Amino acid sequence: MNEAAASQDNGSDGIIRMIDVNKWFGEFHVLKNINLNVGAGERIVICGPSGSGKSTVIRCINRLEEHQRGRIIVDGVELTNDLKHIEQIRREVGMCFQHFNLFPHLTVLDNLCLAPQYVRKAPRAEAEETAMMYLERVKIPEQADKFPGQLSGGQQQRVAIARSLCMNPKIMLFDEPTSALDPEMIKEVLDTMIELAETGMTMLVVTHEMGFAKTVANRVIFMDGGEVIEVNEPNEFFDNPQHDRTQLFLSQILAH
Amino acid sequence: MTTAWQPSPSLPPPASTVGAVGWARSNLFSTWLSSVFTVVLSLVTVYFLWQILDWGIFSADLAGKDQSACDGDGACWVFVKDRFNFFIYGFYPDAEQWRVNVMFFLLAALIFPQFFENAPYKKALGWIFLTVYPVVSGVLLLGGAFGLEFVDTDKWGGLMLTLVLSYVGIVAALPIGILLALGRRSEMPVIRTICVAFIELWRGVPLISVLFMASVMLPLFLPEGTNFNKLLRALIGITMFQSAYMAEVVRGGLQAIPRGQYEAAAALGLGYWRSMWLVILPQALKLVIPGIVNTFIALFKDTTLVLIIGLFEVLGGVQSAIIDPAWQNVAAEGFFFAAFVYWIFCFGMSRYSQALERKLDTGHHR
Repeated sequence: MNEAAASQDNGSDGIIRMIDVNKWFGEFHVLKNINLNVGAGERIVICGPSGSGKSTVIRCINRLEEHQRGRIIVDGVELTNDLKHIEQIRREVGMCFQHFNLFPHLTVLDNLCLAPQYVRKAPRAEAEETAMMYLERVKIPEQADKFPGQLSGGQQQRVAIARSLCMNPKIMLFDEPTSALDPEMIKEVLDTMIELAETGMTMLVVTHEMGFAKTVANRVIFMDGGEVIEVNEPNEFFDNPQHDRTQLFLSQILAH
Repeated sequence: MTTAWQPSPSLPPPASTVGAVGWARSNLFSTWLSSVFTVVLSLVTVYFLWQILDWGIFSADLAGKDQSACDGDGACWVFVKDRFNFFIYGFYPDAEQWRVNVMFFLLAALIFPQFFENAPYKKALGWIFLTVYPVVSGVLLLGGAFGLEFVDTDKWGGLMLTLVLSYVGIVAALPIGILLALGRRSEMPVIRTICVAFIELWRGVPLISVLFMASVMLPLFLPEGTNFNKLLRALIGITMFQSAYMAEVVRGGLQAIPRGQYEAAAALGLGYWRSMWLVILPQALKLVIPGIVNTFIALFKDTTLVLIIGLFEVLGGVQSAIIDPAWQNVAAEGFFFAAFVYWIFCFGMSRYSQALERKLDTGHHR
């Protein structure tokens, strides 16, 4: 398992390749020489203390944040200032946010149909059909005509996942998808994500849900201070962390 | 062994706290001081209401043709009746006034359905109101085509002029204001600077001086003999002035939209204009409906300032009519009438905005 993980790491045909990526927020060096190679269908969990740069890493992949040095290549397209490339990559990469970020003025169905209709130019009927299919998959087709404000947090996050899937992405990014949820709603969202993982989707997940990491991840990445401290397959990562910093972090989040 | 949990039944609230009696008790007669205020203010209100009704209706004169008909203590509505035509049409020729009436009728017919939620063809009528209507009205009022006699804008006046100024101001200021607001938040320094300069320039001068400059100074800079219509100059001045205000109202709305909305739209692959049009502006504009309508109402009333450049809308018409030697002591009636006309339109806009807010409320409260 360890070797498998390592071999994927060295492959040059990864669907996401980050090479010596550096980023600064003003004077603050937030990402330091990030190297990451993600194979198609791989599921990666990124964890670390707050301010470690873990969200920034995945936000660089769809250019919500701009990196200042190094290269990021997503599905064969390099991220530069070229808007065409950025739009092309954003069509292939879906993203779920901590606060869902559904569009509150649109119904659930319209939230799902918006991007397929206006970005992929799909006819409305076709967009609706796809939308209903994904709503079935996240198990809330009956909420299609409601507004996001009328749903629970867990339902909203599942709608957000369905909304991203409607664009038929090759990669899904999750930025702390369960951090804003009440405890009893976390499971329904994680179940949805596990089902998604079973379909073979490439997933990068920033989360502190260690149970999820153990069940789903191929690799767990631990970051602190803008650096990747440790990368390992989940069993090794949790049972036998190599780095002091990782051990300390794990002891802190698993203490209770 | 577990016990099944039975929720306790919900009981109705105590009778003394609900209904009209409960409301009056808690709001009007909660303490003895409150009771005294309630009684005293009720008496004062009734007294003044009676005075106004007596002046305006019971002792008022409506029949007759001239000053001699007004001999009572009440209002002399004969004056308003006599000059009504002037207050509505200005100097527009009598024989051509049907054209103005058609414009009024179309306006009412297009706006009326907008007040009802399920009116048929509501959206189509709305677009006609914004696109076809101004062209049709322009041709109708100005004439000179389709066999209609040409009526110069010098002859326009009264309510008709008020509506023309307000319509153009409102319909043009909103889109220009939106573009200015977007420009002010742009990441491109040149566009941002231009928009900031435009907004601050127009917002920093009083409308009266804008109109005055448009009327008096602009011709000095134009080549000799250029005849630039006075009404058109006023329209441009009002539009520029109000769009600067509108821009700041819209910017307030844009700033209230969380960053996550921009990011979600971007992450879905929507470009700048589509993000704005489909995601950001619908939310931002909804948020600032009260501010937008506030600006519209201010604009509607600011049209009275065109008096400074010799255009006579409703209030200007009233002011010029009350100094007519044929009528004495009719200022109160005249101004009351003008106030009433303005109030009707402003109140209508206010009601429409409230209906719109209710309709657009999607249960998402930030």
